[in-house]
Amino acid sequence: MFTSTSFLSILPETLILVLGVILLVVEPFWKDENRRNAGWLTAGGLFATLVISLLIGRPGDPAPALGGMIRFDWLGFFFKMLFIFGAGITALFLMDHEKVGQRGEAYVLLLASTIGMCLMASSADLVMLYLAIETTSIPLYVLAGFMLSDEHSTEAGFKYLLFGAMTSAVMLYGFSLLFGFAGTTNLYSLAAALQSGHLAGPVMLGVIFLLIVGLGFKVSIVPFHFWAPDVYQGAPTPIAGFLSTASKAAGFAVIARLFLVVFPDFTLTWTTLLAVLAAVTMTVGNLLALPQKNLKRMLAYSSIAHAGYAMIGIVAISKLGIASVVFYMVAYIVTNLAAFGVVVAVGRVVGSDEYDAYRGLSRRSPWLGLIMLAAFLSLAGMPPFGGFVAKVFVFAAGIQANYTWLVVIGILNSIVGVYYYLNVMKYVYLYRMENEDEEKHPVALTRPFAIALAILAIGVVLLGTVFAPWFSWSSAAAANLF
Amino acid sequence: MAFPVLSVIVFSPLVAAMILLLIPAERKTEARGVALAAAVFALLLSLWVYFSYDKTAAGYQFVEKYAWLPQLGISLYLGVDGVSAPLVLLTGIVMFTGVLISWGDFGEHVSAGIQDRPREFFAFLFILASGVFGVFVSLDLFMLFFFYEIAVFPMYLLIVIWGWIQTREYAAMKLTLYLFIGSVVALVGALAMYWVAGQNTGIYTFDMLQLEKAGFSASFQNLWFLPVFFGFAVLGGIWPFHNWSPDGHVAAPTAVSMFHAGVLMKLGAFAALRVGIMLLPEGAKHFQWVIMLCAGVAVVYGAFIAFVQTDLKYMIGFSSVSHMGLVMLGISTLNHDGLMGASIQMFSHGIMTALFFAITGMIYDRSHTRQIPELGGMSKVMPFAAIGFIIGGLVSMGMPGFSGFVAEFPIFMGVWKAQWLVAVIASISIILTAAYIMLAIRRVFFGKMPEKLEGHITPITVLDKVAISTLCLLMIVIGIFPSIMVPMVETGVQNILRLLGV
Repeated sequence: MFTSTSFLSILPETLILVLGVILLVVEPFWKDENRRNAGWLTAGGLFATLVISLLIGRPGDPAPALGGMIRFDWLGFFFKMLFIFGAGITALFLMDHEKVGQRGEAYVLLLASTIGMCLMASSADLVMLYLAIETTSIPLYVLAGFMLSDEHSTEAGFKYLLFGAMTSAVMLYGFSLLFGFAGTTNLYSLAAALQSGHLAGPVMLGVIFLLIVGLGFKVSIVPFHFWAPDVYQGAPTPIAGFLSTASKAAGFAVIARLFLVVFPDFTLTWTTLLAVLAAVTMTVGNLLALPQKNLKRMLAYSSIAHAGYAMIGIVAISKLGIASVVFYMVAYIVTNLAAFGVVVAVGRVVGSDEYDAYRGLSRRSPWLGLIMLAAFLSLAGMPPFGGFVAKVFVFAAGIQANYTWLVVIGILNSIVGVYYYLNVMKYVYLYRMENEDEEKHPVALTRPFAIALAILAIGVVLLGTVFAPWFSWSSAAAANLF
Repeated sequence: MAFPVLSVIVFSPLVAAMILLLIPAERKTEARGVALAAAVFALLLSLWVYFSYDKTAAGYQFVEKYAWLPQLGISLYLGVDGVSAPLVLLTGIVMFTGVLISWGDFGEHVSAGIQDRPREFFAFLFILASGVFGVFVSLDLFMLFFFYEIAVFPMYLLIVIWGWIQTREYAAMKLTLYLFIGSVVALVGALAMYWVAGQNTGIYTFDMLQLEKAGFSASFQNLWFLPVFFGFAVLGGIWPFHNWSPDGHVAAPTAVSMFHAGVLMKLGAFAALRVGIMLLPEGAKHFQWVIMLCAGVAVVYGAFIAFVQTDLKYMIGFSSVSHMGLVMLGISTLNHDGLMGASIQMFSHGIMTALFFAITGMIYDRSHTRQIPELGGMSKVMPFAAIGFIIGGLVSMGMPGFSGFVAEFPIFMGVWKAQWLVAVIASISIILTAAYIMLAIRRVFFGKMPEKLEGHITPITVLDKVAISTLCLLMIVIGIFPSIMVPMVETGVQNILRLLGV
């Protein structure tokens, strides 16, 4: 039963697990001052995993593996590569975090969570899916509250745990109803069972709503977004970055697969529901981002808004739609990691995440200013950065699916976005420090930051200019659902 | 394979911007040198494109096409026609003179130009220039948007960092939001065109030459024409969406004002023409009266407001609205004369307004005021600038022998043919323009210099003189020998008329 396909289907997860074990064994023997090297080990190991998986672990035709628990296809694979990339970058950001970077457990928890995300993207069974979601979430609860001496951090961890546990219980109830109606937990047999079951629309609407509660929490769409600002603000910044990128993308991977595979006969029900939620999410996220004065909170609200934009691609239910969501996630992960990376780097030196802390950044460290400019313009959807292309694709898919009203709302929202992103850039480029002596206060970057930010900056530009290869891969992933 | 001159023109400013950012911040002279070299390079190439454009062959030339995203029919498709080739040249000239004007540390005149962070200034300015070149030469709708947005966002930084301290934050944000709103509204229309054209023809492509043949139904064209046209025309300063423009001009540093009025506003008019009119000709005919009305109001209203301004830069800003209104008015006629005039006016006004802003900048840098009543007698210290301003004024009034005449005369002929009443009303602006320009010339350059300024005004530099004479020379040459531009524009206009079926 353990064939080479089933081995390959969980190759990335296996490699990450091995990496985690190595880390656990090796790390206790290191001296205190070397503990930070766990970050190099994690990032290097994840990078190696990425390369090995890309070389030998690529999927062929979509195939079930491990007794139907896992589906081995491009959709899952592509997302896995994204998560591994995100985790690797996060490990680099963690290294020089004063309270977290020296502790091996943090890296192990990060890896555990990454394994969960990888399984989320590829699981083809309700049971597996639920396990994967919990595997992802529990380490993240711990990581969010990792700084025990910090009130905000413990609050963040606790809040995240409470919200997460509650929504996941609701979702589990939905899963159980699905199982009750259809008599199977396999996603790919559920569709057929539900079709022959002659279920009434309202019942399905109820079930779908229960699922949206759980998944909506993961991707932080309104009205399940309340945790995001507080958790992002309190959690260690690199972890907040991880939450807002990889964790969100994992949620989208599940949403895409679950809704398109399980509910093809109820599209009108869930697309209407999701379209309304997308419109509300974009609007609420952007409007609440406007008055923020703390960059981490602002990024939290902006990441809520971005979930709304990406949702347009899902409700379009077309190949282009899903491809655009996948592309959006790639662009968003790279961009938002860059934004959070800058926040980590600046926060380390300045000790604050308020807008005021960013005064004169472009003079204190011109390159950091430029990277921040690129990341924020990409978030705002300006070329030549990834965010522009991603938004155009999503909007194109929306118009193709006759969701012009949703696209118009999206566009109005992106105008609001431009305003508050540029507002931050004003602090970076225009305002000055009190004594106008920025040159004496450079923001020094340690090597992990320099490497990670360089990779991300190049990525943001590449995604926005040479977008053909990325789009081809996104399309290949999307094709697996149709 | 021929030398890919258009892509070199488009991307060389970007490369220059990257090089600039790599220069250490304190080496200001080197940064300026690199900027000047890049500007000269782009100017020479655009001159080459202009003069080797084959007028007898007409059509799109120097065409380059690289598949960019074949699945969605996006390609990097570049080419110039009779309308866009002069605009490419215009951009090259404004870029070159803009760098000269912003030079800063030149000899003893340390107050003029860009002193603070010239490296970043030129880098952002060149990113903007790259976007502008890109829009003028793009034959692919997606790429047109791509470059259009690139041309918009550096404006924000350029104004907010180096602008006039009083209004820069307000004006920069207002400008960016106006332009962004316009462009995304037009984007929705463009995406709708893409899908409908695909359904009609079976080929999904952003190639504008294909989209021209897509056979959009009249109802579709009527639905999308106004959003697309006005989405772009916002950047052309069309009434009632012109409000951002004078504020932006006033807040921007000199070179950026030159770019803004000289080139960026043409970008809006050009994109409105290329996407709005050329792809949706039926919609254009249906809503011809709307454009004509808005443009007509812009012409007269802009002139009136310019007349009552006391701030020199506001005056020129509103005169730009008025003159760009003439461009839009010419476009709205949808006939040969009007389109000819509009295309030439884009070039002529670009040069003229760049000159005006350059001289205004020189005056402000020295006197620290732009209030017309507080100025006077400038011709004694800077006779060269005075002559330049007068020549610009004559162009602005549409005097024969200058490029303004070559441009405005056909516009009024075209408007007369289309709707004589509009021509009559719009001609009020000629009188008003003459009045406010003459008054400004008298008050600023002649008369007695106020005591406050006595002794503080230094002469202009050699670089300033080079910039002024380049711009003046062009306007005179085109005024005396219209044949170096008219036949070329003619080929482009014929193509538009073919699409309009006139």
